[in-house]
Amino acid sequence: MLEIEQLYGGYDHDTVLKNVSFQVRKGELFGILGPNGSGKTTMLKMISGILPYKQGNIYLKGQPLKNYSTKQLAKVIAVLSQHTSEAFSYTVKETVSLGRYAHQRGFFNEWSKEDEVIVQEVMNWTGVASLQKQPIQLLSGGERQRVFLAQALAQEPEILLLDEPTNHLDLSYQKELLDLLKKWTREKELTVVSIFHDLNLAGLYCDRLLLMENGEVNRYDIPNEVLKQEIIENVYKTQIRKHSHPKVPAPQMVLLPESYYQARNEVKITKENIAVNHDYIVLKAPLSLRTMSSGVTGSGMGWHHTFVNRHVDKNYNSSDPREELGGFLKANGLEPSDTVGMMTAVYTEDVVYRLYEEDEFSVLVVVTAGVGNAVDVSKSNEQSYCLTPGTINTWLFINGELTDEAFIHSIVTATEAKVKVLHDRNIKDARTGTIATGTSTDSILIAATQKGKLLEYAGSITPLGKLIGKGVYECTEEAIRKSKERRERIYDS
Amino acid sequence: MQKRYTQTFSNNKIVAYLLSVVLLITAMLFAISIGTVSVPIFDIVRMIGSGLFGFSIEQVDPMYSNIVLNIRLPRVILAGLVGASLAIAGAAFQGLLRNPLADPYTLGVSSGASVGAVLTIFLNLSIPFLGEFTLPFLSIICSFLTMIIVLFFSQKIDRSMKVETIILTGVIFSSFLSAFISLMIALTGEELRQIIGWLLGSVSMRGWDYIQIILPFFIIGSLLVLVNANELNAMSFGEERAQHLGVNVQRRKLLVLTAGSILTGAAVTVSGTIGFVGLVIPHLTRLLWGPDHKHLLPLSILTGSSFLILADLVARTIITPTELPIGVITSLIGAPVFAIILVGSKRKERKR
Repeated sequence: MLEIEQLYGGYDHDTVLKNVSFQVRKGELFGILGPNGSGKTTMLKMISGILPYKQGNIYLKGQPLKNYSTKQLAKVIAVLSQHTSEAFSYTVKETVSLGRYAHQRGFFNEWSKEDEVIVQEVMNWTGVASLQKQPIQLLSGGERQRVFLAQALAQEPEILLLDEPTNHLDLSYQKELLDLLKKWTREKELTVVSIFHDLNLAGLYCDRLLLMENGEVNRYDIPNEVLKQEIIENVYKTQIRKHSHPKVPAPQMVLLPESYYQARNEVKITKENIAVNHDYIVLKAPLSLRTMSSGVTGSGMGWHHTFVNRHVDKNYNSSDPREELGGFLKANGLEPSDTVGMMTAVYTEDVVYRLYEEDEFSVLVVVTAGVGNAVDVSKSNEQSYCLTPGTINTWLFINGELTDEAFIHSIVTATEAKVKVLHDRNIKDARTGTIATGTSTDSILIAATQKGKLLEYAGSITPLGKLIGKGVYECTEEAIRKSKERRERIYDS
Repeated sequence: MQKRYTQTFSNNKIVAYLLSVVLLITAMLFAISIGTVSVPIFDIVRMIGSGLFGFSIEQVDPMYSNIVLNIRLPRVILAGLVGASLAIAGAAFQGLLRNPLADPYTLGVSSGASVGAVLTIFLNLSIPFLGEFTLPFLSIICSFLTMIIVLFFSQKIDRSMKVETIILTGVIFSSFLSAFISLMIALTGEELRQIIGWLLGSVSMRGWDYIQIILPFFIIGSLLVLVNANELNAMSFGEERAQHLGVNVQRRKLLVLTAGSILTGAAVTVSGTIGFVGLVIPHLTRLLWGPDHKHLLPLSILTGSSFLILADLVARTIITPTELPIGVITSLIGAPVFAIILVGSKRKERKR
């Protein structure tokens, strides 16, 4: 559809673009990325025929761009620029109608029935039909952007060039516009070439991306290949992290604020942070920790700074434990959204917590354990499901920076250590009579300060894994012993 | 609700044209009728009808027909043509330069024409065969020369001829030529009154010959501007946007500039510099009937001619027998009306 071959050019004697080559296929949503001043807008101007180029070729539908007259070009390419100005207060409809200019014939450009139909159609698509009698100067930035989009669409172009189309739009219109463009590329085979500043939007919607740097092509590939941490950090000269989108397979970039680098090693979670009350254990961290947990509130991956393990009666029964626990947290002056909350029937005084230290990193292990409803997981299909308060709750606070894989390793290693304790103490599943592997409602929490030493792995023989294995084993064993002693005391008395 | 609004909107334009035509005809009839000798309107209608359709005019007093056909009618028509030329040129320049405060004199064309005229009076020039038409002849030549020089220079400065460059070049040339005029005024003796009189503008005692001078330029210039109505609409969104929409910006800009200069040059030549018409009339028309050039340009023609006819009527009747310069009247009426409308419209906009 559009081929650019070794393009050189710029303003006057300034060469902005150097040896730029790429192709855009029909029906493609093609994104152009690059820092400010990398030549994105210049290139768009050359493609739209505003700016002459010095060397190289631009082919449009197989024909050199220079063979097109201004009017012919306007029937193939429509442009939505970054800035639009209007000196006079035209109405929305008058503005959109100008899009038909290239299609009108005759000395006085007669307005045909077809023109009217198309203008009404594009105004409906862009949602400005209800505004059509209003002067555009009274519209909001987002509405104006849509009016000019309608104007561009009224040209019935085969290629739509956009310069940061989402600039003045709020979140919902950004999404709406891009969804609409995506739909048109699929249904009407419209080709869209767009400059993006928002890498994440580009990653979400574009079929292919062109990354420009200093007037040259840095990358020209599918989004996942272009939006790589090292590439983007290099081109934009800033620190970012790449993540995958939680719902769709698209790369997402997040910025790291300056404050991330300050106070790197000062934070350490120790036993000092723990407070054991009669009906709950609480750990308050001085900053939000990256967490992965299976708690009642704050479960999954997230950032939390308060951690609660609440004692409930073993006959505790609530249809909505999350809501109920939330109410409990609020009653105690804690914010549920900042808190990972768990529940246990174990008495809070029986908690075991120890700090395990290694070079440059440390792990605080906090365990409450009871084995009243121990289960052998290999035979658990014989069990009937019933949700009772968890009886082995394991918390790991790691003073270090963990990768996502280290979080998963940590859970595996901690679980293995726990199973080993149950095995060594010969704790049995009451129903099957075999050795138990845990209880039916065990919970785990891994929380990391994400500061200090980078810990990439936490398998059983890595430094972190060794510490976790040792800590969880020792603490769980002692916690089980403590709760057993208490039970025996109760029976004795 | 929506539908009714649409209807009033389309009727709006018909109303606009009707009102403007009625205003023009009324203005013409009054201007012909009123004067030191009052001519009954009915007689005027009959006389014009006879001129156009060959009715007999035996019942009309020959003195009336003499006054009307040889003095008042040419004067009114000339005022109308000058008003129309300045108004449409103003509308074109405002659209092209994307500036509602531009006027036909922005490009310095009027200063060029003035230099030609003042030079003629100052040096008492008289070209053989042209006689008393030496002044309009030299004046129009000078206005064209100015236009060509201004366009040439703006192209030299900036190949793409951005409007900002054109305005700047126009302003520079305007002040340069004004300095010339001031110089001649300073050096002159007896012709001072004549020069000042010409500069202040007048349509009196010109006769049918001057109509013949301005008419072809008015027709050519207006047609050139009118066929570019859509392009002017597109260009008021910026030159880049216009090009994206398919307008051949360079060529159209040159066409409109040339047409506007022809109109301005011809108007200045026959009547001197008459201020405010080219600024106020397009602006007023735009405020009343919207900025769409397809209607703005013809409506400006109608309103501009009515306005100047009425201004001339006031100029020659307000303190008879002395005639005031018409440029004084246009400014005296135009400026306050303009201010009131501007304040009103801004207030309305803010309320919304």
